[in-house]
Amino acid sequence: MIFSLVVQASPVQSQGAETALRFARALLASGHSIHRVFFYRDGIHNGTALASPPQDEANIPAQWQALAKEHQLDLVVCIAAAVRRGVMNENEAKRYKKESANLAPGFELSGLGQLVEACLVSDRVITFGGRS
Amino acid sequence: MSVDSILILVRSAPYGSSAARDALDAALTCSVFEAPVTLLFMDDAVYQLLKGQSPAGIGQKNLNAIQQSLPLYDIDRLCVAQSAMAQRGLSEDQLALPVESVDAAQIAELMAEHTHVLSF
Repeated sequence: MIFSLVVQASPVQSQGAETALRFARALLASGHSIHRVFFYRDGIHNGTALASPPQDEANIPAQWQALAKEHQLDLVVCIAAAVRRGVMNENEAKRYKKESANLAPGFELSGLGQLVEACLVSDRVITFGGRS
Repeated sequence: MSVDSILILVRSAPYGSSAARDALDAALTCSVFEAPVTLLFMDDAVYQLLKGQSPAGIGQKNLNAIQQSLPLYDIDRLCVAQSAMAQRGLSEDQLALPVESVDAAQIAELMAEHTHVLSF
């Protein structure tokens, strides 16, 4: 089946992001495909390049990057949600006259339309970290 | 394109988190993609529909303004959980937009009849 995941959970404060990651791995291990992982609301913090947790704790953004690299996943971060919260790629950093960009490689910024498109082409859409 | 329909399930109070606005943004985008969309308000989310809101004092934009644009986007199916309304002593005439009141069995039907559910 074709799945898409919607991640609204931030990587540290909620368990939801890690659960989404494990769900994604389980899907791929079971032979399903993932059309897209869409990061919305505080879930956009999964896409920061600057997360630096202590060494004995999970680095969720880095784990998304590794999984995406291994399986060519489409990791899309909602641009409006990200810019509001200060996660930007080079283009947006320039547009908003910020000193640096911090969107991690492997993630891309795009609009909410990518969430709707994911719904239209996926057999299942699973939300992590909703209701907050 | 497709006849996939999307149910947007909202359960949070109007202010105190960005859930209400984020759900409305998602609903409006569904409409831009011509995906039929239904909004279902459960739990404290029924307060989102109260008319006469004035959240300027807490630095928030008035949700009623965005809600008024829903019909322009062909989003005219707004469902509210009957039990949530009753538990909070609310009646439909206190709401800013016409709604369809649904019981537990009808909520299950809504979830079954839509292709996807996005929850906030």
